[in-house]
Amino acid sequence: MNDSCERAAKAEISFTVNGEAKSIRAYPMERLLDVLRLEFGLTGAKEGCGEGECGSCSILMDGALVNSCLVPVLHAAGTSIATIEGLAVEDQLHALQEAFLQCGGAQCGICTPGMILAASHLLQTKAEPTTEEIREGLSGNLCRCTGYSQILEAVMEASRRRAVA
Amino acid sequence: MRSNPSDYEMIAPGSLHAIVSLLAKEPGEWLPLAGGTDLMVQYAAGKLPPRKLISIWNLPELRRIEVTPNVLQIGAGCTYTDVRSHEVVAREFPLLAGAARWTGGIANQNRGTIGGNIVNASPAADSLPALLAYEAELVLVSVRGERKLPYVSFHTGYKQTLLAPDELIQTVCLQRRYSRYFSHARKVGARNAQAISKVCIAGLGRMANGVVEDIRVALGSVAPVPLRLTKTEQVVKGQTVDAALMTLAKKTTMAEIRPIDDIRSTARYRSEVAGNLVVEFLNRLNSQPAERALDYG
Repeated sequence: MNDSCERAAKAEISFTVNGEAKSIRAYPMERLLDVLRLEFGLTGAKEGCGEGECGSCSILMDGALVNSCLVPVLHAAGTSIATIEGLAVEDQLHALQEAFLQCGGAQCGICTPGMILAASHLLQTKAEPTTEEIREGLSGNLCRCTGYSQILEAVMEASRRRAVA
Repeated sequence: MRSNPSDYEMIAPGSLHAIVSLLAKEPGEWLPLAGGTDLMVQYAAGKLPPRKLISIWNLPELRRIEVTPNVLQIGAGCTYTDVRSHEVVAREFPLLAGAARWTGGIANQNRGTIGGNIVNASPAADSLPALLAYEAELVLVSVRGERKLPYVSFHTGYKQTLLAPDELIQTVCLQRRYSRYFSHARKVGARNAQAISKVCIAGLGRMANGVVEDIRVALGSVAPVPLRLTKTEQVVKGQTVDAALMTLAKKTTMAEIRPIDDIRSTARYRSEVAGNLVVEFLNRLNSQPAERALDYG
C-alpha cells in the first residue's frame, strides 16, 4: 500500500427505505444523504448546509428525525428509513402535505421535505401540539421563503385534520 | 473540499468490550464516533484527516440511564433526547434537561450524545456548565478497568482532556441532592435553537436566613474550558444579596474568566454579559419566595 492511510473497504449494508428492503455495497463513511439521493434516486432530502444546521436533509431513522448529511451510512444498517417519498399512500397525500399545500407552507420547496418530516415526527409524539411546541419541533429546519407563519399554520391544520379524521 | 469516504475505514464492533479491547490494542489508531454531530461536520468540510473510525453509536452498555436512591447514572451514549425526556432528569436536574433542549434542533438532539459533547470539549457547549454546577463525576472505562473522576478536572485546556487514548467515557454520575436548590440558566446567542452561545450560565443556589447558604455557578464560552466560577462563589457564599455584593460578584466574575474575540462575539462583550448574567442569577435567587423554585427562562 503506497498510501500512509489504509484505504477503506466497502461493506454490505442493508436497511429498509420507505418499507422496501435495500442492500448496497458502500464505504461505511458515505453519507446517508448521498446514498439516498445518488444510489436510490430519492432526491426529496436536500443538501442545504451540509453541517446539520438547516434541516433540509431531514429523514426519519427508526422513527427518529435525523439530519441525513450527518449520518454515516454504516449507522443506517438494520434500521428503517422514511423519506418524504414514502409519506403519501399511492395518490393520497399525507395530511401534512395537504395542509402545506392549502396553507402556502411551501414556496421554493427546498426546505419542505425536511419541514414535513420534522412535523410528522412532532405529530407522532404530540397529536395536538401548541404553537410553542411546533416552533420547537421545527427549530432545526430553516426556510428562507415563507417567513414560517404559513408553515406553523400548516402544521396546526394537519393536526386538526387528523383530530377529526 | 469534501472528504473522500474511501479514505476512512470504519467499523462497528457492537459491544463495549470489543471496542475497548481494540482501543487498548492499537491506542490512538481509532477515533470513536457516536452520533456524528461534530465529526461528520468536520468530515463534510474536509477537515477530518483520513483515519480509522470506530462506531460507539447506540451501544446498549452506554445508552441507559440508571436511577439509584442517591445517584443518577447517565450512560455516555445517551442522546440529548434520551436525557431531556427522562423523568428524573426533568424533575431533579432542570439545568441539564434545559441545556439538552437548547442543544441544536430536534434532529441533532436525536443523534448528539452527552459523552460526545464532553469529549468534544467545546467551551461553548450548552450542557457542560450544567454538569459543572451539579458537580458531575465521570466514569472512564478501558481494558485496565474503570476510574472515576470529578468532571471539573476533566478538561485541562482548550479541547484537551484527561481521557487516555484507550479510554471511553462510560457514565456521567449526578448526586441526587439538588431538588431543593433554586436553578437558573440562560443562553445568550443569536438565536435559541441551533445557534452556538456567545455566553451561557448555569447556576444553583440556596438561601437560608437571608444569606446565600450554598451556590454553584458555571459559564460557557468565557474561557478555554467550561468554567466553574469558584472565586465568585466564595465571595457570595454566606452573604446577604445586596447592591454591594452584586457589584463585587460582577467584578470577581469578570476577573475570573478569560474570554476571547471570535466569530460569534468579542471578549469585551462576553465579559460584560458574563458579569450581568451572574448578577441576574443572584437577583433571582434572592427574590425566591418559596424554598423550592425552578426558573428556566
